[in-house]
Amino acid sequence: MSVSMRILMAPILTVALTLALPILALGITAKKASADPLVVDLSNHLVAITTGFTGTKVLLFGAVENEGDVIVTVRGPDQDMVVRRKERKIGIWVNSESARYKNVPSYYASASNRPIDTIAPQDVLIDYRIGLQNQRFVAESDLTDDDQNVYREALVRNMQTAGLFGERPAKISFLSNQLFRTDIHFPANTPTGTYTINVYLVRSGKIVGVKTTPLVVSKTGISAEVYEFAHRYSALYGIIAVIIAVIAGWIASVAFRKR
Amino acid sequence: MQIYLPIAEISVNIFLILGLGGGVGFLSGLFGVGGGFLITPLLIFYGIPPAVSVATAANQIVASSVSGVFAHWKRGNVDLKMGLVLLGGGIVGSTVGVWVFAWLRSLGQIDLVISLCYVIFLGIIGGMMLFEATRAIFRTRRRGGPIRRSKKHQHSFIHGLPFKMRFYRSGLYISALLPLAIGFFVGMLTALMGVGGGFVMVPAMIYLLGMPTGVVIGTSLFQIIFVTANVTFLQSVQTQTVDVALAILLLIGGVIGAQFGAQFGSRLKAEHLRALLGLLVLSVCLKLLFDLVIEPKDLYSIMPGDL
Repeated sequence: MSVSMRILMAPILTVALTLALPILALGITAKKASADPLVVDLSNHLVAITTGFTGTKVLLFGAVENEGDVIVTVRGPDQDMVVRRKERKIGIWVNSESARYKNVPSYYASASNRPIDTIAPQDVLIDYRIGLQNQRFVAESDLTDDDQNVYREALVRNMQTAGLFGERPAKISFLSNQLFRTDIHFPANTPTGTYTINVYLVRSGKIVGVKTTPLVVSKTGISAEVYEFAHRYSALYGIIAVIIAVIAGWIASVAFRKR
Repeated sequence: MQIYLPIAEISVNIFLILGLGGGVGFLSGLFGVGGGFLITPLLIFYGIPPAVSVATAANQIVASSVSGVFAHWKRGNVDLKMGLVLLGGGIVGSTVGVWVFAWLRSLGQIDLVISLCYVIFLGIIGGMMLFEATRAIFRTRRRGGPIRRSKKHQHSFIHGLPFKMRFYRSGLYISALLPLAIGFFVGMLTALMGVGGGFVMVPAMIYLLGMPTGVVIGTSLFQIIFVTANVTFLQSVQTQTVDVALAILLLIGGVIGAQFGAQFGSRLKAEHLRALLGLLVLSVCLKLLFDLVIEPKDLYSIMPGDL
């Protein structure tokens, strides 16, 4: 399928799936009503970053057997992060001290049908590491407790500014007592890799069901190939970059010679 | 229309980038400069990561220098021997520069060093240009005559240096150490700032080496091609920050803009052009300085740690 075809197809697919969702979900609940208390799926298991990518959203939908609260967390692939503090030195602002964090999710978002702290008690949320404030970011560098907090806040704030950490939990809407849906938003700078989506079913403050589903974000088309090539065959990439520039410069001088 | 840049890893407006290339191309045609010292800061202002801006600008300068050098080559305005000696220094300087670049990047100081280099060099060059041009404007008004040129052969410590070489095309017999040092220094600037370095090299060739002005532009373009090509290659290998897609967009805009600039430029007086360019260079310098001095919105910044 060509890139343009895929771009055309994406909204059509989303619409089709949205329409199909109630029928689909009803079918599943009817069949597996006694076996599975929680059923979840995504409108798309692959987010393709194409040349025209400006961000996208993925529809998460599902059904619960009996009434209950639902929490969704989306976690991007982990990476190490360095947080740097600027200080004024001889009149200009210079990066000075820094702290390194291991295993920071490159993307994090959550959603729930009502405020998370009213769904489950804090100790349960901590146990399951649900929500941004319950992520364990511990700096590798030696920091005082005060600094530990300041750096942690700076990390979260910067990720939120970049649109990679959700500012606040998104809304999960119930279409009936059993069917629910929510949109997961991905910004233009979404990191690539395999994302983990956890859906928790909560009843009277206890987590009674968990469903995990992966979501792959990957570059496709020309931009993906260029990136791959630049990293895998970097020397050849450099030579080609120079050759392109030389040819372009030569064409320009020929094209405009007689002006 | 948005386009996703594969290496910079962000979406940019395609027309804005074309326009940026076109605008800088227009100015480079108008003033007869390479434009690298404008394109890199403008890309940074737009939000392209500084490292990508610098490496990609080097790639784009390869193209603009190639297109410029043909005309000079045909007229015999390239001192090949001098060009090769400068290039020897330039290759070493740019290689060291790329290494320093990667080291500063790992320390988290590369953005600061890029900005500081720009503030210092744009400040000096812009200030001198403006000063010299306004003096020339007033002098021609008062006397109505051209400015007298200084003597060609001024003897100084430079003529006492060893390893003397004869450069027939430039009519010079000087130590090879001096062009080597100039090449080295400009090569460093290319790697750290994403500039061709013509704005440093041309005055150095005229005033330090005493080369005749006729061969200066052609010779500097000749050596800039190879030094920027070296930087493009080394940055690709070491930091993977050369964005070919971005370079091509800038190129297309730049080539077209330069043609209009050159036509427009022939209608203006040389010293007026230099004064305008000086003002432009100074304003870019002030904007960069301003960004360094005012308190940033967030004192903390983050960067993936695997770099």
